[in-house]
Amino acid sequence: MSSSPTENPWEYAPAPESRDIANLKPSYRMFVDGEFVEGNGAGLKTINPATEEVLAEVSTADSSDVDTAVRAARRAQEKVWRKMPGTERAKYIFRIARMIAERSRELAVLESLDNGKPIKESRDSDIPTAAAHFFYHAGWADKLDYAGLGPDPRPLGVAGQIIPWNFPLLMAAWKIAPALACGNTVVLKPAETTPLTALVLAEICQQAELPPGVLNILPGDGTVGSELVAHGGLDKVAFTGSTEVGKLIQRTLAGTGRRLTLELGGKAANVVFDDAPIDQAVEGIVNGIFFNQGHVCCAGSRLLVQESVAEEVLHKLRARIATLRLGDPLDKNTDIGAINSAEQLAKIRELTAAGDTEGASRWTSPCPLPDKGFFFAPTVFADVQQSMRIAREEIFGPVLSVLTFRTPDEAVTKANNTPYGLSAGIWTDKGSRILWLANRMRAGVVWANTFNRFDPTAPFGGYQESGFGREGGRAGLEAYLDD
Amino acid sequence: MTDRIAVAKTYKLYLGGAFPRSESGRTYEVTDARGKFLANAAQASRKDVRDAVAAARKAFPGWSGATAYNRGQVLYRVAEMLQGRREQFVAEVAASEGLPAKRAQSTVDTAIDRWVWYAGWTDKIATVLGSTNPVAGPYFCFTVPEPTGVVGVLAPQQSALLGLVSVLAPVLAGGNTAVVLASQDRPLPAVTLSEVLATSDLPGGVANILTGRTGELAPWLATHADVNALDLCGSPESQRADLERGAANTVKRVLPAPAGEPEWTNPPDIRRLRGYLEAKTVWHPMGT
Repeated sequence: MSSSPTENPWEYAPAPESRDIANLKPSYRMFVDGEFVEGNGAGLKTINPATEEVLAEVSTADSSDVDTAVRAARRAQEKVWRKMPGTERAKYIFRIARMIAERSRELAVLESLDNGKPIKESRDSDIPTAAAHFFYHAGWADKLDYAGLGPDPRPLGVAGQIIPWNFPLLMAAWKIAPALACGNTVVLKPAETTPLTALVLAEICQQAELPPGVLNILPGDGTVGSELVAHGGLDKVAFTGSTEVGKLIQRTLAGTGRRLTLELGGKAANVVFDDAPIDQAVEGIVNGIFFNQGHVCCAGSRLLVQESVAEEVLHKLRARIATLRLGDPLDKNTDIGAINSAEQLAKIRELTAAGDTEGASRWTSPCPLPDKGFFFAPTVFADVQQSMRIAREEIFGPVLSVLTFRTPDEAVTKANNTPYGLSAGIWTDKGSRILWLANRMRAGVVWANTFNRFDPTAPFGGYQESGFGREGGRAGLEAYLDD
Repeated sequence: MTDRIAVAKTYKLYLGGAFPRSESGRTYEVTDARGKFLANAAQASRKDVRDAVAAARKAFPGWSGATAYNRGQVLYRVAEMLQGRREQFVAEVAASEGLPAKRAQSTVDTAIDRWVWYAGWTDKIATVLGSTNPVAGPYFCFTVPEPTGVVGVLAPQQSALLGLVSVLAPVLAGGNTAVVLASQDRPLPAVTLSEVLATSDLPGGVANILTGRTGELAPWLATHADVNALDLCGSPESQRADLERGAANTVKRVLPAPAGEPEWTNPPDIRRLRGYLEAKTVWHPMGT
């Protein structure tokens, strides 16, 4: 490797996607019982985290709106949705899948505006995968008897769902598609900072003539979420977000008999052995931690590299990271977009400061930072010890902690030394070692010689404090069926 | 000529493969269904619970890492040992539950058959619950069920043997290890079961069976950070919500308590196996 990490051999002309494609409206309203209505909450202004400008005003729910939505969902469940043959339910869900695909460009730009993620990711990953989730689950709606969950699987009833801001439309799809396919109706709360694409999804459902009340969408902050999960009219709660909030929800539901699935935080180990194809591994490490600015619960945030190749890997890694382009999320050449919120940026700064204090060695990409908006340059901490906060806590940002190991057994011990258990990565050329290690990783998803792959047919979810229940695949249906 | 005096058994805890008394030195009186004294049982303490969890954690890598065939054989061996002690179980179940001889016999027979049923699942459940996933890309992707870890089991209070077998066997068949709080007032069949387990090639610590006050011990089990799942089956109704709240501290999987004591003679299904299994999805690229 002759070029120094600071050299950028590539010059790019700006290639921004037009923001007009997003069809941005000045205001958005919540979606209840098939209509867009004004909420009784205080309302919120959603901003573009790359510029800090206000994108739109969004009306929010209060407790009476939560109640109205849950009742609407109950009526729709009992009078329409659960009685409808699976073949018919399927067709509505197929329609939704198709309409997401038809409006994918609009949704991608809107997602990047509201969330800050690079357009190449929203365009090539978030939106197509969201459409795929609806398409996949649509086909299950009339085949549930074959899911191996007993001869007569029945819907649970009304599901309250809360999703995070890192993949707004995709997380909505992960939650809504299986729920509807299994005959449940839904009240969904999108994240406070990213409500827009979920409300366009509501518009799509309206255009698809999904019966009123089957899907209700209530924007708002955490208080709306707590109102929703505590509502006695629900049969099921599904939550994706932090482990801290997941525990609160599990406590709230204690003793109620309501069903719960949780998809929570992670601190994934990405293990690189000395026989790994190093250049390929470097690409995988970069994808593992810098995809979506590291706002990924399954991000490969702990790099465990075998001591004999640690120098080489770190050197190549820094050189590669230095070429990542940070900036305008709408620019098609942007690799790393904006941090989703000022609050999240502050959290990343606090944890990385702890990394300095606790004695890890910080390296920061020399990439230029825009002068407004929430940005954090890709950062790598070397000399990290297992006891440090940056090795234990989920940073949820573009920050990689590097630890080393000598033997495979040590790699397993260090990888599993966490209360989380969402995902893990393995890089080696030796097939038997992959299977040996995959077997020992206490994590719900193991990527070998790849990272951050998602598919509606592949169950996703955590061990231990990363939550319980699965999304995707046959296993994902269990979360929405009373067998 | 006087009748021979029988040798009475000391009922102890089953912990890490050994039979200790409670470290607290406590015992409590166990009576039959009519109130007649049967024995003094060990009254386990908070520390016994912790020791049992530590033993179960220590045994987990070995048991979960054993081949499914091996686990099946070991569990089948348990059924063989149960069969050998059938008459003893019939007598203890009859005394504990106040059942007539015929019902006690059929209860014990059902318990033995149930154990055989679960033993046969060890090498089949992955086929039934696992999958290869046809992902939209050049990857080989598969999902396998894996044991959740250490499971805390509050055994049913009424059905001292059949109920216990019905909640413990699925935990072990899935490759988990267990800490069981036996029926508080009917603990003797559970202690005898632990003697069966100890002589069945089941590695020490895979199943740990404690006797004592459920209400006193359950909170320590529910809040223990090294317990991954909790079966509330035999929990006191007044305590259930608190136990679930305690379990939330470490995001435990919780099997809710049934509304009343279930009819354990009903045929089993795989729900209890599923309750203690995690799905692990593995991806690998396909290419040259």
